[in-house]
Amino acid sequence: MSEYTLGELKSGGLMKQKEKDLFSLRLRIVGGFVNACQLVKLSEIADKYGKGHIHLTTRQGVEIPNINIKDVENIKKELGEAGLQMGACGQRVRTVTACQGKECSHGLIDCFSLAEEIDREYFGIGGHPHKFKIGITGCPNGCIKPQENDLGIMGKLRKKFIKENCNFCGLCASVCPVGAIEVNKKPDDIVFNEGKCIGCGDCVHSCPTNAWQKRQEGYSVFVGGKMGKFPKLGIKAFDFIETKKKVLEIIKNTLEFYKKFGEKGERFGDTLDRVGVEKYKKAVI
Amino acid sequence: MNEIKPDSVLDLKGVACPSNFVRAKLRLEDMQKDEILEIIIDDGEPIKNVPRSIKEEGHQILKAEKVDNYWKLVIKKQ
Repeated sequence: MSEYTLGELKSGGLMKQKEKDLFSLRLRIVGGFVNACQLVKLSEIADKYGKGHIHLTTRQGVEIPNINIKDVENIKKELGEAGLQMGACGQRVRTVTACQGKECSHGLIDCFSLAEEIDREYFGIGGHPHKFKIGITGCPNGCIKPQENDLGIMGKLRKKFIKENCNFCGLCASVCPVGAIEVNKKPDDIVFNEGKCIGCGDCVHSCPTNAWQKRQEGYSVFVGGKMGKFPKLGIKAFDFIETKKKVLEIIKNTLEFYKKFGEKGERFGDTLDRVGVEKYKKAVI
Repeated sequence: MNEIKPDSVLDLKGVACPSNFVRAKLRLEDMQKDEILEIIIDDGEPIKNVPRSIKEEGHQILKAEKVDNYWKLVIKKQ
């Protein structure tokens, strides 16, 4: 945090509209999480200062359009009373998106608490060549689309097989989306191809007899994704990071790497193309 | 495992998710603890979703058996 100042946040959150003096006011939202009472406050502000409607963005953001610049200070105060803040625009670390994580029956990691930690440390921080987007998804279903982010995190599960529990019903082989499990009836045997496994945990969650069990939850890290005029999917840089601490370290080192090697106006994916993914991987882990 | 005689049977062939699970859940709510429900669901999406949901509700799946293009699940109500 030391080399960044919170003062840099000030210039974020207001987007000029075509109409004179009108702006769309962007909120700081973490992982798509808004309290019901905060939604009421946003609704009041949209009615009082805007034109009575709110725009929901593709990255779980909230924007209130048609705000006159002269009202911004009052709105900031009202937002503050509801525990809300204005968001970030420009060449900064943006809204950290997250799925419902462990609240979803597929979720393998606690996405929201990780999003909060990342947001607390990096939200609105500037000084990088371009904007930087981070998204966290709880499982390989990838609902938050981690590959569309400059840095995407995905929950993943490693499992173990307890042969004594297995009745060789074959359900795990049926639910596995990649055919990593084969069940032989004669003799009773399971063949698990770990190389094929994508770590979604469907076998663990479905197994009637708890023969498949969770061994460890971890994190895959994708880098270099972006949308916009020149879309590109991020690549998986790290398949299984075992701890949240290590993930946070990777984020810190990634932002430093981007600052050091990125050229002005260049998105991180383009920096990686130019500098090389291997060099990046060595530098951050 | 020997054949277990179910207290109730629910044929959910052709019933899509999540209606198949919801119907099984409602039937289980009418049953007593330790009673046995047998359900029949399709292969594909239903087998990917229903067993995990049954487990998440805390019930025990005693047996899962594939018969032709569908699955028979034997569930013990908890």
